[in-house]
Amino acid sequence: MIDLIWLIPMLPLVGFVINGLGRNALPKSVIGILGSGSVLAAFILSLVVFADVYAARQLGEAASFTVKIFDWFAAGNLSVSMSFLVDPLSAIMLLIVTGVGFLIHLYSIGYMQKDEGFGKFFAFLNLFVFFMLLLVLGSNYVVMFIGWEGVGLCSYLLIGFWFQNSSYASAAKKAFVMNRIGDLAFLLAAFLIFITFGSLEFGSIFPQASTMVSGDAMLLLITLLLFFAATGKSAQIPLFTWLPDAMAGPTPVSALIHAATMVTAGIYMIARSNILFTLSPVTMQLIAAIGICTALLAAAIAITQNDIKKVLAYSTVSQLGYMFLGLGVGAFTGAFFHVITHAFFKALLFLGAGSVIHAMHDEQDMRQMGGLKGKLPITYATMLIGTIAIAGIPPLSGFFSKDEILAHAFGESRLLWLLGLIGALFTAFYMFRLLFLTFFGKFRGTEQQAAQVHESPLSMTIPLIVLAVLSAIGGFLNIPSAFGGSYGMAEFLSPVFADSVSHAGTFHLDHSTEYLLMGVSALAAVAMAFLAYNRYVRQGLVPQPEHRKRSGVVKLSYNKFYVDEIYDALIVRPLNNLSVFFHRIVDNMVIDGLVNGIGRVTGESGRVIRHLQSGNVGFYVFMMVLGAIAILAYGIFKI
Amino acid sequence: MDAIINGIQGVPLNHYIIFSSIIFAIGVIGVLIRRNAIIIMMSVELMLNAVNLMLVAFSVHHGDSNGQVFVFFVMALAAAEVAVGLAIVVMVYRNTRSLDINTMNRLKW
Repeated sequence: MIDLIWLIPMLPLVGFVINGLGRNALPKSVIGILGSGSVLAAFILSLVVFADVYAARQLGEAASFTVKIFDWFAAGNLSVSMSFLVDPLSAIMLLIVTGVGFLIHLYSIGYMQKDEGFGKFFAFLNLFVFFMLLLVLGSNYVVMFIGWEGVGLCSYLLIGFWFQNSSYASAAKKAFVMNRIGDLAFLLAAFLIFITFGSLEFGSIFPQASTMVSGDAMLLLITLLLFFAATGKSAQIPLFTWLPDAMAGPTPVSALIHAATMVTAGIYMIARSNILFTLSPVTMQLIAAIGICTALLAAAIAITQNDIKKVLAYSTVSQLGYMFLGLGVGAFTGAFFHVITHAFFKALLFLGAGSVIHAMHDEQDMRQMGGLKGKLPITYATMLIGTIAIAGIPPLSGFFSKDEILAHAFGESRLLWLLGLIGALFTAFYMFRLLFLTFFGKFRGTEQQAAQVHESPLSMTIPLIVLAVLSAIGGFLNIPSAFGGSYGMAEFLSPVFADSVSHAGTFHLDHSTEYLLMGVSALAAVAMAFLAYNRYVRQGLVPQPEHRKRSGVVKLSYNKFYVDEIYDALIVRPLNNLSVFFHRIVDNMVIDGLVNGIGRVTGESGRVIRHLQSGNVGFYVFMMVLGAIAILAYGIFKI
Repeated sequence: MDAIINGIQGVPLNHYIIFSSIIFAIGVIGVLIRRNAIIIMMSVELMLNAVNLMLVAFSVHHGDSNGQVFVFFVMALAAAEVAVGLAIVVMVYRNTRSLDINTMNRLKW
């Protein structure tokens, strides 16, 4: 069955071709069924592949299968083939990408029903799933890079889906350019990897790497570059500002790309290359530092935002920061576990927000919402589950995954744990704030909106329910031994991280310490939920309108800490000025001056020289005589 | 025969050279300065004849008859040239009623 692995990316690609070519000709029902069906088929195949890998793991094998599809090219010592690697890590990612992807395709049938670009949308979504599957399945850095770039492209296409609006188109450009900066780092890292290891295949690089010394300079450089690439793709400091702007795209896009799949590509890539990172402790510390800083910065911004999607966007950046924190402290399984649970509850939250926006006729400002609990019961119930999950309240999934990261962080440094806890406090607060402002209290919208509020159709609510169930029970994939579990998923993934564990040593924390940490974070999350309840429901506070003055930290947070403005002043403006300089001075004055100058010189010299042809015979004869004398003189004096 | 040659050789060569050069220079100046086309043709003839004189003088002084043979060629050439040149002058006069070369300057930019 694993030989048919190539079918899994091929099905969405076929869906893309058919939907893309027939986007105006095929009826919407056909497009929707075809688009969702191809991903569903890919999901079913992924289940079969997963079952094979699971069975192999149960037998104690490493369960790592490389399937070569075809030889691509060979140049000098480098030979690259299109080949796929199926192992526990990629098997789980397959399920996530195709599973959550299918639910979002299903949701889009209802959400995008009235849009003219329905066919185009499904074509782009299928193309995205294809590239994401390539990224996840690739068995060498080249195939991974094809997927890496491809998802960046699809992100651009989908963010700028309503391109007639110029600010949406700019947001798409911003996302693409920032991604490309990271891609440059990825390419450089790939070059260095080839120089160091002589190959780009994972199966060849990682065994070689595990024989190298920790702190090797080449590995340090490679991992720094790979991490920089990951910051671009997964929206960490310094390349995170594209993600909030990416909310310009339709909500299913935000759910699929900017919550569940594309942004996790950076974490997947680092998890895949874990041995390289384990041998570069400096990079690991940097990853942890940037992860926690991003987590806190984004959480601090999310607290004051009023656009429902922007809150979720900053929440995504913050949770990605947690995942990087997990990677940085060596909790590879914990970070990957958080990827999975985050995919569930963040996709749920985005789809729920989309349901609210759909009901409110494209209103996204939470200050105009309120009291929607009764009118959108299913949306409310599922979003409640999602909010509890993301806040890290047991026994929902977010608690288990976040806690594993925090436990590892505690083992590494008390400060990291404390900062992580503070971030978790923020997370609980702003998420419950979002819930309460949207669903509780009095309805603050217009009369017209109040009349048209209605629950979303089945095609939109079924994915919500499925994701809510997954968010609720997902934690039981990896029950820690402190609760009597056996870390099921960690066991499953152990061959992928085995080399790293043998270098860094197994992580061990007293059960009593673990209970204490878990208790503290759970209680803190519940306390913040009550704080938010007090503020927004009991007291009924509503955030200020745009024009009201804010001051101090609140002003900083509301204005996103002016990061965009700083980038504009430091990078965009100087580049623009450089471009203007090159245009006005180098191109217009120097180059045009040179070329036109040559023309002018030729013209002027012609105008002077043509006077020699005066038609005056006497002049001609005189010149002849002079010439004869010159030749004579030359003959006499030179010879 | 020898008496003639000795007689001719009695005149120093320098005299012939200077004489021939002066006549050549007069011919050149005439070509450059005069406006009448026929006078210019006459000056060209003058130049040719000066050269002829020089050739003959050298031929006699060195006893080499090549110079005199060359003079025959030059004379024949001069005759042919005059024929063609005067034919052109006649045609120009018939069309423009004037022989002033300063007025014949239409072959210019």
